[in-house]
Amino acid sequence: MNAPTSAKSLAMPAETKSAETKPAEAKPRQEAGYNYAYLDEQTKRSIRRALLKAVAIPGYQVPFGSREMPMPYGWGTGGVQVTASVLGPDDTLKVIDQGADDTTNAVSIRRFFAKTAGVKTTTRTEEASVIQTRHRIPETPLKAGQIVVFQVPIPEPLRWLEASEAETRKMHALEEYGVMHVKLYEDVARFGRISVAYDYPVKVDGRYIMRPSPIPKFDNPKLDRSPALMLFGAGREQRIYAVPPYTEVRSLDFEDHPFEVESWPRCCALCGAKDSFLDEIIVDDQGGRQFVCSDTDYCEARRAAGHRGPA
Amino acid sequence: MYVAVKGGEQAIDNAHRLLAEERRGNPEQQEISVAQISGQLALAVDRVMAEGSLYDRELAALAIKQARGDMIEAIFLLRAYRTTLPRFGYSEPLRSDRMQVRRRVSATFKDLPGGQLLGPTFDYTHRLLDMTLLDDGEPSAQPAAERVGESSDGPLPRVVDLLNDEGLIETETPADERDVGDLTRESLTFPAGRDLRLQNLARADEGFLLGLGYSTQRGYGNNHPFAGEIRMGEVAVEFVPEELGFPIEIGEITVTECQMINQFQGSEQAPPQFTRGYGLVFGQSERKAMSMALVDRALRASELGEEAENPAQDEEFVLYHSDNVQATGFVEHLKLPHYVDFQSELTVLRRLRADFETASGPVPEAAE
Repeated sequence: MNAPTSAKSLAMPAETKSAETKPAEAKPRQEAGYNYAYLDEQTKRSIRRALLKAVAIPGYQVPFGSREMPMPYGWGTGGVQVTASVLGPDDTLKVIDQGADDTTNAVSIRRFFAKTAGVKTTTRTEEASVIQTRHRIPETPLKAGQIVVFQVPIPEPLRWLEASEAETRKMHALEEYGVMHVKLYEDVARFGRISVAYDYPVKVDGRYIMRPSPIPKFDNPKLDRSPALMLFGAGREQRIYAVPPYTEVRSLDFEDHPFEVESWPRCCALCGAKDSFLDEIIVDDQGGRQFVCSDTDYCEARRAAGHRGPA
Repeated sequence: MYVAVKGGEQAIDNAHRLLAEERRGNPEQQEISVAQISGQLALAVDRVMAEGSLYDRELAALAIKQARGDMIEAIFLLRAYRTTLPRFGYSEPLRSDRMQVRRRVSATFKDLPGGQLLGPTFDYTHRLLDMTLLDDGEPSAQPAAERVGESSDGPLPRVVDLLNDEGLIETETPADERDVGDLTRESLTFPAGRDLRLQNLARADEGFLLGLGYSTQRGYGNNHPFAGEIRMGEVAVEFVPEELGFPIEIGEITVTECQMINQFQGSEQAPPQFTRGYGLVFGQSERKAMSMALVDRALRASELGEEAENPAQDEEFVLYHSDNVQATGFVEHLKLPHYVDFQSELTVLRRLRADFETASGPVPEAAE
């Protein structure tokens, strides 16, 4: 049972490992004039309390006093606040957006923490202790002790079915999830299959229905009984929720219409992977296409190991 | 051949360099100073302070300069600075009845104790472009304003208090003994109290409130408002330091306050009387204060037993969508990459179309 390991690293306050005691290795210098990892310690403490509650009630959305961050709402402020609250000087941070380390917003957030926390950064999934992500879970299997921080735009899985927050909180409290099953059933009735492509609803630990953030449903199985701690931060909507390590996460489905993930009739053009989520790239103005791994680190590691795709 | 995209870092640096250059504009022109913005674009500064929730003229002016005049960007800059400031306590409630009034008008009484005081206002100006301002010159036609009687000599009684004496308007009582909430520290829960609603409205986007207030006037939740009083001027901010135990004045701020008086037919519990809508904004902004007062009153619908069927009366709708920093962030996040979700949608759509084709023959090309 590895859950306590992660819970411990979560509960370890950053201020106990003050900036002075951090080893003088080649880390970026921390920005002057701001507290470690930007947020003040009181705020981080309040976020950690929300995180602990979230871990204790898997899939439950905990309200928290989200702060204004120096990047816009909708661009990862929830994830950034969660990361700021769990990041210690000895952590190694990886930030991805759409699976890639070099998309602009991932670069911007990685720089933010390099600057404000002087923390080591990496693009290698296996080297990272904290991974902040938007829209993907890395292909490389996660390990115990790793924390994945998801940026969440809309935390409420029932939101498109019920606009009122007061109502949806009541529905969660009463475990009144009929509308969600009806919605999925209507999909089956209309299209012959469930047509949700991403942000596919899941049930956590047999209790709360949760939005896994807009990851493709391809990534949903990676949430189930993952050894890593999964933390979800929604800044604008002021909610935090979590999936503790080794927790059951079931994608909603029907016996006769079981959950299935996307598949591609081809492999990655660069590394030949057949098991990864592929991005479609338009390569010429005749509409020529190529499919490549969305997870750039996974793709690079495979190519470094000598794997080649058809391109 | 496709090569995985690299160079995000370099591109960001270049974009920011270009931005700095564009911000400066033509280098042959003198650079605009923060003091000039604060002094001559004072109402822009007021708006940034109000919606940035931070009363600091210099920093607000700096934000406007840095944001190239983009008001929401400036508000965002100020908010992101504000969030890092320590909170050392709450001030005493502002005493707007003791305001050093520079402008005070009432639409409900022709004359009243203290009189009507127009002050610096655009009202009754003819909106004609003043070409003399083109030449960096002072407008020649206008003699210097007479400074006599520029502001009230002493405190002016509030119009609503005069009505209060007759019992014609509801009395304003604190809802309960609990501390005033702060939505910048705790997440909003519903139903939100009036304290949180007013805080939200005071920070809310001026344009959004204006539109909502306007909608109530056009029949979407009409509450028959009269501008009982609008006053603008300086009020003292008092604070009780723990070690002293009595209030000391720590500064003075300019605010605009609006008290709307609204009809109310009465209910089983309450006799017919006037009800209130309240607006208070940093700096000089009547448009915002009046809109706020209209929306505040609209949001009291359920409290007063009125039907709440319109957007301006829906607490969740108004409070969740009024913040322009939140709104702009989420709207503009659509320009972030969504390759992965879009790819998932493509995959699903192709399968659905394949199913459709199998069921009903080939799809016509035009539908592509």
